[in-house]
Amino acid sequence: MADAVVQRRTDYGPPHYSKFLPPIIKENYGKWKYHEIVRPGVMVHVSESGAQLFTVRASSGRLISIGKIRKYADLADKYCGGYLRFTSRHNIEFLLSKKENVDPLVKELEAMGHPVGGIGNAISAIVHTQGWVHCHSAATDASGVVKCVMDDLIEYFTETKLPGKLRIALACCLNMCGAVHCSDIAILGIHRRPPRVDHTRVVKMCEIPNVSASCPTAAIRPVTVDGHPSVEVLEERCMYCANCYTVCPAMPLNDPLNDGVSIWVGGKVSNARHEPMFSKLAIPFLPNNPPRWPEVTDAVRNLVEVWAKNARKYERMGEWIERIGWPKFFKMTGLEFRKEHIDDFKHAGLTYKRSTHLTF
Amino acid sequence: MAHNIPKTPLLDELEKGKWPSFVREIKDAAKKSPMSADLLGQLERSYREKIGHWKHGGIVGVMGYGGGVIGRYSDLPEEFPNISAFHTMRINQPAGWYYTSQALRQICDIWEVHGSGLTNLHGSTGDLILLGTTTDNLEPIFSKLNAIDFDIGGSGSDMRTPSCCCGMSRCEWACYDTMAACHDFTMSFQDEMHRPAFPYKFKFKFSGCPNDCVASIARADMSVIGTWRDSIQMDQNAVREYAAKGMDINGDVVNNCPAKCMSWDGKELKIANEYCRRCMHCINAMPKALRPGKDRGATILIGSKAPIVEGALLSSVLIPFVKMEPPYTEIKEVVAKIWDLWSDEGKNRERIGEFIQRMGLGNFLEEIGIEPIPEMVSAPRDNPYVFYEEYFEEGDETEEEEEK
Repeated sequence: MADAVVQRRTDYGPPHYSKFLPPIIKENYGKWKYHEIVRPGVMVHVSESGAQLFTVRASSGRLISIGKIRKYADLADKYCGGYLRFTSRHNIEFLLSKKENVDPLVKELEAMGHPVGGIGNAISAIVHTQGWVHCHSAATDASGVVKCVMDDLIEYFTETKLPGKLRIALACCLNMCGAVHCSDIAILGIHRRPPRVDHTRVVKMCEIPNVSASCPTAAIRPVTVDGHPSVEVLEERCMYCANCYTVCPAMPLNDPLNDGVSIWVGGKVSNARHEPMFSKLAIPFLPNNPPRWPEVTDAVRNLVEVWAKNARKYERMGEWIERIGWPKFFKMTGLEFRKEHIDDFKHAGLTYKRSTHLTF
Repeated sequence: MAHNIPKTPLLDELEKGKWPSFVREIKDAAKKSPMSADLLGQLERSYREKIGHWKHGGIVGVMGYGGGVIGRYSDLPEEFPNISAFHTMRINQPAGWYYTSQALRQICDIWEVHGSGLTNLHGSTGDLILLGTTTDNLEPIFSKLNAIDFDIGGSGSDMRTPSCCCGMSRCEWACYDTMAACHDFTMSFQDEMHRPAFPYKFKFKFSGCPNDCVASIARADMSVIGTWRDSIQMDQNAVREYAAKGMDINGDVVNNCPAKCMSWDGKELKIANEYCRRCMHCINAMPKALRPGKDRGATILIGSKAPIVEGALLSSVLIPFVKMEPPYTEIKEVVAKIWDLWSDEGKNRERIGEFIQRMGLGNFLEEIGIEPIPEMVSAPRDNPYVFYEEYFEEGDETEEEEEK
């Protein structure tokens, strides 16, 4: 047994990427000169040598069966020597050195139900998390909401008719595995009730000092219940982040009526023009209404369309809002401004309006 | 093979529409996999009840590794016995997410025998996600992955699987070789990735330019973002060509410059490069005419994270410019100092960004031996509550000073 452990090969890391690069990329690595979008979802990179690499980008949907992966592999064999890659937003990209293969590949992808697009002034695929498909702390489903929102916005993926880029992301709880907090539109699953402490399980499953320390607002303190150590939650201090539940499974927050979705706007990651920005709260709560989440799809479409109609060329959602001011944003989108929009965590005062720069 | 595919009237609604349907994917996997069939059943129930049905907890993994496998259990094991355990395996993706059809087929073959047949390409951290298997399948999967040279990624309080943009492989804006750096860091810190020993997770993300396609400034504890020190490379003829083709150079480019350091008189584009902020807008707008300069490297930033626990943070500047050449010694030395300090002083589940907020950036810099410079702040403090060092008269310094 000891020998087996010694001989076991570990820590060899991922395969070196050079094994997976098509010859045209190996030959032109670091020599790309410029690129152009030749049609929605297709771009060409031109090398200093004159070589041309065509990229066809399609939505993958992220949750993919091995049957589908094998179909992608077949397409890659047929059109581009078996080489393909995925993007940071779950799109699939085929890397073609033959221009004549572009149109037939696009046709096959579309026939398979994988729209081609997401490049340039378009909405790219929605970065998202696991949701009810696979996560313990999800306050909403991820794949389902994304499917409904993108079904509705498909024209903005397959065409490039927006003023600039628009990036949507979804995280199914505040843990934000999807790190949605710097997106033009962020869809964020939220709980709205404090955890329900199961005292019989806390003692078996949880380390009480860790549970207390996990709370950002110091709402959890140790108590003794029926002679056993446990915790209590000061409900008026709880803002339902679920960090305690991640540390201690005996404190679930899930609640069919109170769980739902909030919408945040105006964040960006790129340094282009304006510095990166966080997304800010636009809609504090929309209900979970599966299977098609109509309240969420309507709200997102409204935000996209008001921005698209009013923003200047290149202006991201946050840049547009900064130019017109938040009062105008609420007015133009028809959204109600409520108490929940005003920050009350650390540094909240920095978000109060501290000037007379107001529009009327 | 005789397993039932449950009726899913709610999920069936998600087979409609033009976006790829994850329900169709699960149904496809369910033809062969009883696990995926039970997943359909449980998910339909979640859709009916508007609540998730997963439990976490319990440590699972493969021998010799402390991370890379996430334990997941159904809270309805009697009803859905095939997913009573339904663990995730994170497989370290090749840098830049490039694959060959052959490599993907090999992974599919393993996953067809040992798992649900469902994947995520890719997870948020960047790994190839194998979604749903049982504890007794973990070792066989690992040994078969081993045979095709795929290793598992990070999870828990460790260095998470680094990720990067496609960089020089397919982008003219890459200011350093992101894929080389990502692979190098991944290989250099295998132990830190596979055996959790940090206060909490630590992520590296490598972006080739300030467009930051892997969102490193928002999602990485250490963000490595390509930049340049000299002047933007300009082709005046190509600029005039853009203008001739109808681009409004003043409206689209010059007026969008955040530094207001450009001008265009209809013939020549001028850039006062000493004021250029390296934002990328003009280069993005005119890729045929403008390119990043030739003296290229990266800006190192530190501390971004999502809200849990103390609130979301963006990364902030630690090193304004560093040449990105293997073996990246300068950066790795800084990383080692940061990890030492954070491992000693960091609290449980405290990310490095929160740790810096708690101790103060000034004190943090002092501890890791980096001089404070104005590039690190958006503005100096505006409050006078300053912790000053003790002042000594000349000739009255401490003993160490006198010994010099």
